[in-house]
Amino acid sequence: MVSFLLRRIGIMLVTALCLTFIVFYLTNLPAKLDTLAKTQAGSRISDAEVASWLDRNGYSQPMLVRYGEWLGVVPGWTRVEADGTQTGRCNSLTAPTDIAATPERCGLFQGYWGNSTRFRAPVSEVISARLGATGLLMMWVLIVMVPMALIVGVLAGMREGSRTDRALSTFAIASTATPEYVSGVVFIALLASSSIGVSPLLVSWGWIEGPVLFQGNARSALQQITFWNFALPVMTIALFGMGYIARITRASMTEVMTQQYIRTARLKGVSFANIVLRHALRNALIAPFTVIMLQIPWLLNGVVIVEVLFSYPGFGWTLFEAAANNDIELLLAASVVAVLVVLVTQLISDIGYVWLNPRIRIS
Amino acid sequence: MIDPLGWPAILGHLFLQLWPVWAGLVVLFALSLTYKRRLGLYGKLFDSTVGMIGFALVMFWVFAALFADMIITHDPLGQFSGMRNAAPGTPLRDPAGGFEYFLLGGDALARDVFSRMVMGAREVLRIAPFAAMISFMIGISLGLPAGYIGGKLDTVLTFIANLVLAFPVILLFFLLVAPEIQNTAIPRVMAGILFLMPVLFFTVLLNARFFTQPMKRNLYVGAVLVLGLWAYSGLAFNADPLGVWGMSPNLLNVFVAVVFVNAPTVFRIVRGITLDLKSRDYVAAAQTRGEGPWYVMLWEILPNARGPLIVDFCLRIGYTTILLGTLGFFGLGVAPESPDWGSTINQGRRLLTVYPHAALAPALALMSLVLGLNLLADGLREESLKD
Repeated sequence: MVSFLLRRIGIMLVTALCLTFIVFYLTNLPAKLDTLAKTQAGSRISDAEVASWLDRNGYSQPMLVRYGEWLGVVPGWTRVEADGTQTGRCNSLTAPTDIAATPERCGLFQGYWGNSTRFRAPVSEVISARLGATGLLMMWVLIVMVPMALIVGVLAGMREGSRTDRALSTFAIASTATPEYVSGVVFIALLASSSIGVSPLLVSWGWIEGPVLFQGNARSALQQITFWNFALPVMTIALFGMGYIARITRASMTEVMTQQYIRTARLKGVSFANIVLRHALRNALIAPFTVIMLQIPWLLNGVVIVEVLFSYPGFGWTLFEAAANNDIELLLAASVVAVLVVLVTQLISDIGYVWLNPRIRIS
Repeated sequence: MIDPLGWPAILGHLFLQLWPVWAGLVVLFALSLTYKRRLGLYGKLFDSTVGMIGFALVMFWVFAALFADMIITHDPLGQFSGMRNAAPGTPLRDPAGGFEYFLLGGDALARDVFSRMVMGAREVLRIAPFAAMISFMIGISLGLPAGYIGGKLDTVLTFIANLVLAFPVILLFFLLVAPEIQNTAIPRVMAGILFLMPVLFFTVLLNARFFTQPMKRNLYVGAVLVLGLWAYSGLAFNADPLGVWGMSPNLLNVFVAVVFVNAPTVFRIVRGITLDLKSRDYVAAAQTRGEGPWYVMLWEILPNARGPLIVDFCLRIGYTTILLGTLGFFGLGVAPESPDWGSTINQGRRLLTVYPHAALAPALALMSLVLGLNLLADGLREESLKD
């Protein structure tokens, strides 16, 4: 087990290294750097000014050297201006006058994530604040999605081919066919519009005080989460994710229900409710567990779409802003986080699968 | 001034306007139901209600895309005075002999939502099935040897596939589909590698089968090479001497990104099935006969894996449609003014709470197409499990 874990963690590190290099390469293409210089120093600067801006800010070195700087294995760049002041990658860490105290290397291995050019703040601050906001969103998504998906799947799978099964399976298929940008738009139009949908009706009946039932903008959820400003984003993500989990649960449940021990329990005269709850459920939930874990990275896509759609400034929104502005170090940090989420959930799903299913042993 | 239409009249006009689609569907279903016993798996689809509903939804959009020129009521890119954010059923101020109403209203730039929605089907169906097809050929050509031969090859290919899959799709899109990237060699190089796969696939496929009959082999493989390399030169490098095949840099960029995201998943599925099937008796029989590894993979294992692959193919077209919508939603890689559904939703969402029709129409269109593909896949799965 220990060697299995060590090997997996080793593969994780290699994967993360490869991926960050790819991100680094793609964000540091000459054309992208030009865009960055123009967004930072003014959109109408000449090519010579672009080159000098890149040179002054340490972007003119070879790409591999700068990747090493970012990792913290190569000394950070330094530069002495004409008036004798020294600038450099690591200078922002200490007071500008105190050059002696500036560390030679500053990068990932030293725990320094760089500066965001879009938000003009250290990347670690930006990312940790935004991750907190997204963590809250994800927590509610999982709280809503997982029980709903499991209930739908188990109810559909316990009597294969019945009318309940047909109805619930169709619902599950329909939910997988509705991406977030569709369901979000439909939800807002139906529930959060002051001119059409449900809200004007409720206002005219005098049932609600404000102009709309739900808020179409989730920014106020940063201060205080209420049902009315958070329900729509959570439902939008949960709806797309739940269909797949429900279908896997249904498949797993129908398979379990045909097993010998279920037949034996039936012949003994155990009631149907008892068979489902006592005998079938535990075995039927092994497959969905791994799927739920693997679904979490997929939710990240939904998170980006929903946070942009509902303007909720979380991790997904930050990723969108970073990508739109070619904020290199923020984008790198975001991809490290995203890749870690993917790999850690994979690891948990593998371990959980073995743990839940005693027939499988890691050799 | 003519009065605006009410909803029953709007629906009536829509129904009439879509007549080529209804005609196409009626003919197709009549023919298919008549001859369904002779049509193999396709015919069996008509035994399952779910499958038929899904197929009808998919074909609705296929016909809509095919006959789009006859269906649209106005120029999808044209702007009409006084029609900005017009409600569904608003009459035009100056129809000038054309159609008198905006059936589903106007968008923020005073263009007809209905015509844009119909034209959007063409945009989507031009890319999604082909991107899914290329992804499948790549997944199959790499997944079969990875599962069948195994060893180092399997380790390397699986690592690369997992690497791509560990990327969040949206991040990859933001990195790969950008105006700056289009001007570099990256999309061309990727297209050069990805589009070569189908040519190799068919060459190896036919060579493995016919290499004992050199005459036939030379004919078939030669034809594939001529046609394939011709299309390849045009699609990947825009260097087709006759100018038949070609793709705008925008489209190529989107295509490559979508294929790149889809292929690793297909690879994993094919590899899994191959690992399962390679211990079967018919594989052992072929090996004993002395068949080569490519023959066994492509003519023994692949045909027996077709059931799950066909089902996944339908799902993958749906998923590709969703991905294309995502790209449009973030305004990536689409031509300005393009009527594709994703970017129409994106443009419509700014005024969503006041004028929702501009975003709702393409949103529901996209959902119905993907739903149709998913139902079709479900029907196919059910029917293929029956034998």
